[in-house]
Amino acid sequence: MQTVILLLGITLMYATPLVFGALGGVVSERAGVTNIGIEGMMVIGAISAAVTGYFTQNPWIAFIVAGLFGALMALPHAIASVSFAADQTVSGVAINLLAPGIALFACRRFFDGAAMSPMVVKLPRILGEEWMKGTSWANLNVNVSTVIAILLAILVWFVMYKTKWGLRMRAVGEHPAAADTLGINVYKTRYICVLISGMLAGFGGASVTIGIISRFTQTAIAGQGFIALAAVIFGKWTPFGACGACALFGATQALAIILGGGELPIPSTVLSMLPYVMTIVVLVLFVGKSVAPKADGVPYIKGSR
Amino acid sequence: MEPDSSYAVQMHGITKRFGNYTALSQVDLNVRKQSVHAILGENGAGKTTLMNILYGLYQADEGTIYLNGTPHSITGPNEAISNGIGMVHQHFMLVENFTVTENIMLGDEVCGPAGTLDMRMARKQVLDLVEQYGFEVDPDARIEDISVGMQQRVEILKALFRGAQTLILDEPTAVLTPQEIDKLLQIMDDLVASGKTIIIITHKLKEILRSADECTIIRRGEYMGTVDVSQSSEEDLAAKMVGRNVNLKVEKTPATPGEVVLDVNGLVVRDDRGIEQVCGLDLKVRAGEIVGIAGIDGNGQEELVNAIVSMTKAEAGTVVVGEEIQNTSPRNAIAHGVSTIPSDRHRWGLVLPMMVSENSVLEQHDKSSFGKGIMLDYNKMHEYTSMLIKEFDIRPSGCEDERIAGLSGGNQQKVIIAREVTQAPKLLIAFQPTRGLDVGAIEFVHKTLISERDRGAAILLVSYELDEVMDVSDTIAVIYHGKIVGTFEQGTVGEEELGLYMAGGGAK
Repeated sequence: MQTVILLLGITLMYATPLVFGALGGVVSERAGVTNIGIEGMMVIGAISAAVTGYFTQNPWIAFIVAGLFGALMALPHAIASVSFAADQTVSGVAINLLAPGIALFACRRFFDGAAMSPMVVKLPRILGEEWMKGTSWANLNVNVSTVIAILLAILVWFVMYKTKWGLRMRAVGEHPAAADTLGINVYKTRYICVLISGMLAGFGGASVTIGIISRFTQTAIAGQGFIALAAVIFGKWTPFGACGACALFGATQALAIILGGGELPIPSTVLSMLPYVMTIVVLVLFVGKSVAPKADGVPYIKGSR
Repeated sequence: MEPDSSYAVQMHGITKRFGNYTALSQVDLNVRKQSVHAILGENGAGKTTLMNILYGLYQADEGTIYLNGTPHSITGPNEAISNGIGMVHQHFMLVENFTVTENIMLGDEVCGPAGTLDMRMARKQVLDLVEQYGFEVDPDARIEDISVGMQQRVEILKALFRGAQTLILDEPTAVLTPQEIDKLLQIMDDLVASGKTIIIITHKLKEILRSADECTIIRRGEYMGTVDVSQSSEEDLAAKMVGRNVNLKVEKTPATPGEVVLDVNGLVVRDDRGIEQVCGLDLKVRAGEIVGIAGIDGNGQEELVNAIVSMTKAEAGTVVVGEEIQNTSPRNAIAHGVSTIPSDRHRWGLVLPMMVSENSVLEQHDKSSFGKGIMLDYNKMHEYTSMLIKEFDIRPSGCEDERIAGLSGGNQQKVIIAREVTQAPKLLIAFQPTRGLDVGAIEFVHKTLISERDRGAAILLVSYELDEVMDVSDTIAVIYHGKIVGTFEQGTVGEEELGLYMAGGGAK
């Protein structure tokens, strides 16, 4: 029983940043813009949250600022891929190369040349610090970013499927020319979605630095953005599907940690490969089968219909 | 002509340039209210550009648009829609995985509070429209699951839902069976009777004679006049459209079939989604005859052709050209004397950024006549291409070293045909050989197919244009759901009957 609760707690903890990243991926790709840059945007979110958290001592402000900077990092991707019809993969890769550099630079600039931030304030736990302290139930007392992630997933689902904006966004991702002929502004829609995508990724980065490890390190974001993208594909580009996939990846990570602490004769290095191996396996098995939005990754150029 | 409120649409002196290229030059259009007005012109004449200007997708560089006698500037689809103009595009603007209702209301959604969709109300409004105009459309069906004819009615509903008074139909019959065309013409009559005005863009003369009241003709972006359709014949219209007299009839002698060249037996092919598209198909093509495959797009034509030339895996069955060649390689098919004019010249036929001469030797570049060892001999390629250019009248002459992307569609197609025919194939597969070509180029393609037949080649013609299949083929085979459902000698079957077979309703 204790192990199950522990497993669940760690799963939720690790899945949270993935959920933010994956929701970002869903929002961007359903509007037709591939966003490989989620990883980079998460890195920017991670450093912004740490810096803001350190100087303001307020985790909420830090969380919001992380979202804003994530969106800011998404802006060049939007400009390149929407306005200039550039190759979206290249643009995303550029962001992934640029972001860790910016993050390290900012870190050294603000923290006297250190490649790691000092300890910063953390987001509160959902039930407070004192709740069941010392018992195994405390493992379920994850921080609020987990709840925010779940609420955002519901919100994204609602907007996507129950409102006119969602209908338009999905139309833009499937058949932008059709949307254009009905007077829907394809470029504006895609800009908004990419920026929201960056904001969500920024939240994801924040949920690592001020949610889990309470400081920025260079390895705080190490592939979560890519795992989140795998979750988008595995989850068939739906918010809940992506969340489920994130939970699965989170569970693998939890399993790696729990097994690593046990008496199993498996080297911990092998165990820590688990989430990444799982990602590759899932991608190999599902990438061909799930159906991406038709116009995903295809720049829309007016007149070339 | 002065602006007049008895005209729904008047476009005066419209000029549109794309860079240095003038797509439209001083074109006029006057469309009477409650009439069907056809716009006739060859591919690339500027018909669709003119209508895209009316619909606000492009802005004219010069000219004025009057709606009901008053001048309007239409800067986007939104203005066009709010001024009662609706457009049904040639390539449907429908989101495939949305339902009919979702597609119809997209951009003009029926909403409850705070932007939430009111699907029940939307569905009711769609149903009301469906009943009012007597369309057979299920509001809950997904677009990908309904027939092309029904998709077109959804497009018309989309315009009506937005209160369109003037409907623009861009090549509406291109994808329809004869029966669906009849239905569409009926719908057009009903719409006019209920007070709407219809502008129909087409290059098919027959349909203009059947449906339109007036016809405006455009040639290479220039206004050629407006005629009263009841006073015109097919030949008049064709001559005005092309600028010279054209022979609309395909002339040929009876076929003298020899031995079987292509023998397809029990062929089964799946598409990339794993769905069976060719389901146990049998087909024979003899030397010296043209077998035409009639059928609606998506009934297995593409998979059939690809399997014959080993571009796709055949799950079962055999393709015999001399010996079994299925599941080998396109190269092996070529070695067995199979040449192909592919359906999409840009995707399958040519390498657009390469020179005409390079494209001309794609299939034989490794033969000793074009080089030594690993080196290509560009002089010999140039020489060979000059010969093709002369023989097939490819224009502009002297284009050997130009990028083929710069040639017109008709001349690009001529390069492909020259390349394929010069190999003196035993079997020539022509898949949509006249797609997107103008009347003059079509005439050339058909003549070449017939002269190849007379040389003794077996010709397999696959086309979605029923007229083409009926005019050119010696034997007509109808494909439906991946099977040949009927085979007829030319002249023994009418359009109506073929249409029934194409829709799966023929006698068994």
